Amino acid sequence: MHDAPNEIDRRRFLKRSASVIAFGATTFALPVAKAQESSTPSDDPMRVPGSLPRPYGERSPFEKQQRLGGAGPGAPHGWGTNTPNNFNSGTPIQDLHGIVTPSALHFERHHNGVPAIDPDHHRLLIHGLVNRPLIFTVKELQRLPSVSRIAFLECSGNTWDGWRDAQDVTVQDLYGLMSTSEWTGVKLSTLLETVGVRREATWMLAEGSDAAGLDRSVPLTEDVLNEAMICYGQNGEALRPEQGYPLRLFLPGFEGNINVKWLRRLKLGSAPFMTRWETAKYTELLPDGKAYQFTLVMEAKSVITYPSGQQQIQPGVHEISGLAWSGRGRVTKVEVSVDGGRTWQGARLQEPVLPKCHTRFGLPWRWNGQEAILQSRCVDETGYSQPTRQDLVKVRGTNSVYHYNAIQSWRIEPNGRIRNIYA
Amino acid sequence: MDGYGTSMPKRFLLCVGISAIALGCVLPGWSADENAAGYGIGKAATDEEIRAWNIDVSSTGEGLPPGQGTAKQGTQVFAEKCAACHGPTGTEGPKDRLVGGRNTLTTQKPIRTIGSYWPYATTLYDYINRAMPFYAPQSLSPDEIYSVVAWLLFQNQIIAQDIVIDAQTLPKIQMPNRDGFIPDPRPDVQ
Repeated sequence: MHDAPNEIDRRRFLKRSASVIAFGATTFALPVAKAQESSTPSDDPMRVPGSLPRPYGERSPFEKQQRLGGAGPGAPHGWGTNTPNNFNSGTPIQDLHGIVTPSALHFERHHNGVPAIDPDHHRLLIHGLVNRPLIFTVKELQRLPSVSRIAFLECSGNTWDGWRDAQDVTVQDLYGLMSTSEWTGVKLSTLLETVGVRREATWMLAEGSDAAGLDRSVPLTEDVLNEAMICYGQNGEALRPEQGYPLRLFLPGFEGNINVKWLRRLKLGSAPFMTRWETAKYTELLPDGKAYQFTLVMEAKSVITYPSGQQQIQPGVHEISGLAWSGRGRVTKVEVSVDGGRTWQGARLQEPVLPKCHTRFGLPWRWNGQEAILQSRCVDETGYSQPTRQDLVKVRGTNSVYHYNAIQSWRIEPNGRIRNIYA
Repeated sequence: MDGYGTSMPKRFLLCVGISAIALGCVLPGWSADENAAGYGIGKAATDEEIRAWNIDVSSTGEGLPPGQGTAKQGTQVFAEKCAACHGPTGTEGPKDRLVGGRNTLTTQKPIRTIGSYWPYATTLYDYINRAMPFYAPQSLSPDEIYSVVAWLLFQNQIIAQDIVIDAQTLPKIQMPNRDGFIPDPRPDVQ
């Protein structure tokens, strides 16, 4: 039994040795190079040596999922013209499994490009209403007690096209501005204890060191003080540059924009600072002309990622799969309808079910080839139910731009083609 | 707008207190303050260092530097540094429209501009100083910024052309949509 494989190994070894001898010492690296290229598929991977270890891994060349470039509400998506107008990119959530987003596919939104920062030169200043203004290096922050947490991050502009007429688009077009990572860093409260916050401090300005100098006011609520983190880690390695390398603020459950990236400064104050991003932008205009301000929490929301927009399915069994999340805590229930909301069935929640984190849900289903309208709705631990589009628009109108969280409808046409609709 | 977080300080102190107790278990006998010093991490920031980093301008005008400008002086600054993206009169684009749009917020096509939407004039200084022009942020002098802020306020019919904008006058400008914002009332949909 053992002779045959050994014989093959021996013959391969001799063949390889022969080629090295034949081509001389200068070509010694050749067999190694060939082995490294062997991710090219072979007819029988059992009959060819596989590739060697490498310093930094890459996905299989068969996997082509990409982020999708975008330029704002109503603008066409894609990478055709990668100009300063292309200021975001969306995660391909239709192709992902479980809840964690690979760092390379985490959505992006930046306001004047991704800065190139040498972590050895980066500093964080904490000052304002504190007893001891301090400057920290990244390495110093990494010496303090660390915490890790798996949580979602969603741009409050995610699904902004929901405020307009329904477009025939993919779930990535509509819902791509959200991702989930394991975030690692030091608790904000640890740093605030270190600088000694004065009692009149109720707000904190967070400022990034990008070319926009993005700044946001953070209310020092109990939730913020308990949960806010200054992060240096994402999914086990350093933050990606697009995610704020080397430091970012992370406020679980809060709208993406306030999770300031490339963090360089925290200033404690006694009132909001009224920056451009919390007045001119990231406020929600209502039908009466007034606007909501400091709408920081992302309310409960869910979406079916399979089957979803522009996909094509065949009759037969499919597991309906999707994501549900709430900035107020855990998702406690997800229900799915295949008849446009007339009847609902409870979906299975896949562990882990974490607070302020994407939760994967699933429901096996047999499609009979007739028109169907798929919907999901979720409830969070506060009892809040995801609203219908009709109910949301009744209160907020259609000029809000941000914080669209209505129930999503996908229509499956008799030919199996799936379309984004309002039902 | 005055109702933000008035109950926070007490809760904040409570939280710090609880944390101090938790830390006390690890480092017995130390007060919260001593604990903090106990980490021995971080360098004391000098006044000079803080001045260099402290670029924000608050809604009360704290942080505005010396300098001044008028709309007349701002005409040239805007034409040279801003018009390429925002249009010759601040209305043409292609980037954000800055002028006009009054009385459109309740329509199907609201036009959110400095004049129609922005609640504080100080935000103009904070934002232009840190982020504009887009291709060369932080390249304008305080006089240039005050001038272009004056020009934007004049174009939006908020001030007269000869008004001098500086650290004293800017925080006193009453913006048309100053009372247009309400603190987050959600959950608002059931």
